[in-house]
Amino acid sequence: MTEYIIKNGHVFDAVTGHKGDVADVCMKDGKIVDKVSNSATVIDATGKTVMGGALDVHTHVAGPKVNLGRWYRPEDKFRLGERCSAKIDPKTKIEGGFSIPTVYKTGYEYARMGFAFLMEAAMPPLYSRHTHEEIRDTPIVDEAAMPVFGNNWFMFEYLKNGEIDNAAAYVAWMLRQTKGYGIKCVNPGGSEAWAWGLNCMTVNDPVPYFEITPKEIIAGLITTNEELHLPHSVHLHSNNLGNPGNYTTTLDSLKIAEDFKPNNNFGRKTVLHHTHIQFHSYGGTGWGDFESKSKEVMDYVNKTPQISIDSGSVTLDETTTMTADGPFEYHLGALNHLKWGNVDVELETSSGVVPYVYDPKVKVCDIQWAIGLEVPLFAADPMRTMITTDHPNAGPFTRYPRLYAWLMDKKYRDDLLNSFKYATKVIDATYLAEIDREISLYELSQMTRAGPAQVLGLSGSMGGLAPGMNANVAIYNINPDNMQKGIELENAFARSAYFFKDGVKVVENGVVLDADPVVKKTYWVNAKVPENKQVMHDINEKFLKYYSVNLDNYEVIDHYVPHQEIIEV
Amino acid sequence: MKTVTIKLKKVPTLYLECESVTPDKFAGKSLEAIAALPCSEGKSNYKLGDWFEISGSAGATAEETKIDVYGPGTSKCKYFGAWMSAGEVVVNGTADMFTGSWMTGGKLHVKGDVRSFSGLQMKGGEMLVDGRAWNYLGAAYRGDWRGMQGGLIRIKGDAGSDLGTFMNGGTIIVEGNVDIHIGTHAEGGTIIVKGKAHRRVGGQMVKGEIYVFQGCDVMMPGFRKIEEREIEVDGEKQVFNVFIGDLGERHSKSKGEVVYGHLYTLKE
Repeated sequence: MTEYIIKNGHVFDAVTGHKGDVADVCMKDGKIVDKVSNSATVIDATGKTVMGGALDVHTHVAGPKVNLGRWYRPEDKFRLGERCSAKIDPKTKIEGGFSIPTVYKTGYEYARMGFAFLMEAAMPPLYSRHTHEEIRDTPIVDEAAMPVFGNNWFMFEYLKNGEIDNAAAYVAWMLRQTKGYGIKCVNPGGSEAWAWGLNCMTVNDPVPYFEITPKEIIAGLITTNEELHLPHSVHLHSNNLGNPGNYTTTLDSLKIAEDFKPNNNFGRKTVLHHTHIQFHSYGGTGWGDFESKSKEVMDYVNKTPQISIDSGSVTLDETTTMTADGPFEYHLGALNHLKWGNVDVELETSSGVVPYVYDPKVKVCDIQWAIGLEVPLFAADPMRTMITTDHPNAGPFTRYPRLYAWLMDKKYRDDLLNSFKYATKVIDATYLAEIDREISLYELSQMTRAGPAQVLGLSGSMGGLAPGMNANVAIYNINPDNMQKGIELENAFARSAYFFKDGVKVVENGVVLDADPVVKKTYWVNAKVPENKQVMHDINEKFLKYYSVNLDNYEVIDHYVPHQEIIEV
Repeated sequence: MKTVTIKLKKVPTLYLECESVTPDKFAGKSLEAIAALPCSEGKSNYKLGDWFEISGSAGATAEETKIDVYGPGTSKCKYFGAWMSAGEVVVNGTADMFTGSWMTGGKLHVKGDVRSFSGLQMKGGEMLVDGRAWNYLGAAYRGDWRGMQGGLIRIKGDAGSDLGTFMNGGTIIVEGNVDIHIGTHAEGGTIIVKGKAHRRVGGQMVKGEIYVFQGCDVMMPGFRKIEEREIEVDGEKQVFNVFIGDLGERHSKSKGEVVYGHLYTLKE
């Protein structure tokens, strides 16, 4: 395999401790190495920024609800009357779509921005075969998917009775069956309660019939997670998303993590990952006095080392919301009267898809935008704070560069803030105007590389440029001595000068060269537990009694996952 | 006004996507630069010069530019005049899908028919068709909820189904008959049909006006007659039966304003 040496670049890497000093990076056989032979191809990165390949800790790019979005939003490929489909390059496949792009566009766009790993954040176990088929077809980037457990009948019954061993055996069985990566929990109890027309608005609302509270579910899932020593912590989307005054529920949910200690061999230091916290940091009693409570939430996150978060920042675009939080999507569909799709996934979870327009002329959307930026700006520990748009819920992932530019350039975000129709009202309701902090390139490398790798338990192979790690390297046309501002910074992040995936050069000057030589891997966790007859009996019984599919048709067989990267626990 | 004449060299096998054929793209360009504009047939990319013989000269701005399009085979070309904002386009023949879609200004004259999805989501300008129109004239793009917002479409012949879906403004005049599903989900705008309509006129309509001179075969159950009134439509004064739809009352609960969709038929 070709050897590469990247010379004279300004390296930003939290793993090796480079903070913009000029250093060389060497690659051989798909790994970062100390030195290479004289025949190595030299890449001149003078005046450029060199970072590891980025990791997206929370995104929705594969699975049935993404596909439902593609089906029922044909207009998504025309944004503001313009076609969003790229013309065809002979070496790449056709790309289309904006907020819910095709799998090809997803892979290529992430690669152009320098991303190497994506975490598909919600996989309904019943539809995991479909999810893995889409993951297989997404080029270049490595992926993993987390099955949803927060509304699962089995888990309710085991956790209600305090049978952690059985819960752990069930989770291990499920991860093996669905080729899943970790425990995702969406609106614990609420999505199940919605089948009764109800919801769980606080952590103490019991789920009808099961009589278990969200608090018990979250605590039980964390216990199970640590019992199994899984690489990633529990990935929580807490109750009461998107409602004014919901920050108290968020704090209640986060407090559950206080009593737990991480127990794993992957370098993970957290026990709970709270996702898209922007949607959970709202104050006020209604949309009229809606305000930001990001400071209160982030103060708690900053002083609690067991918690990691991602921001879920709004990008003020027309997008498609999709979540396993069924009741919320119903509520949103009734709010904007556009289109609405919901489904209940048998015993496991539910899901919904609704288009949404984050309009800069609407006060509430502007406040949401401000909260999304305040969250990373208030963060004391960049290693526990990740920048996401919860693609596509708060905005498409193709807007990450714009988000970085807003965070790194105060004038750029203030110009937008002051141009809003209700600027004074938005400034009164938020903290953004008072914040002078600008995220540095080193902090950005922690938030998008080393941080997510550590939280996902992948810090041994990803998120840095230490020898032995996967050779994922992104080089941007950014000179740290003379940084671009605003839109130019955005463009520099959107189209990397070079991107290497596992030591293969896939992007040069923002153009995808050829995706075929890259081996795209799917990560999953093989958790081993002693054989548990009770759980297997329960599973067989439920499948006979309730499921619409046969147990033999449930497992994701190897055919669906051609390039597996198995993490043995 | 200066004129650029483009003439197809041969009939395309697949459909030719002519997004570049607008005064906005042609304005201020030399003939060589116009010939270098992109177009595609299926998945193959070409230049306009590969398909068209180009003569004449373009004006400095879009307003001063007129494009004359000649066949053979204009009926296999899509997107004529789409996204145009000023100037004039004349198509001497039939045009395929998306003709005049997303127009914001200027004039488009098609001397033959236009096929489905023409005049989609227009915001301004004028589109005149001498022949007939197929389905989804002046409608929203499929899946979208933002239909025609302004401008004028005049069809000399008949039109197909699903005309003016999600219409929000502007005027569509059809001098012949129309098929089913007229003005579905309309929230504004005017549709004038001088012939007759089949069924399902004004379904889910909350605002806007539909004139059907020779009446509908079957009226939607939500409409009721309120009066007979003399109205001037398209330059002629005539007495109409006035119907209002019931969805406006439900709409008023969320928007705070009582509005009705109006349907007019000629009093016999």
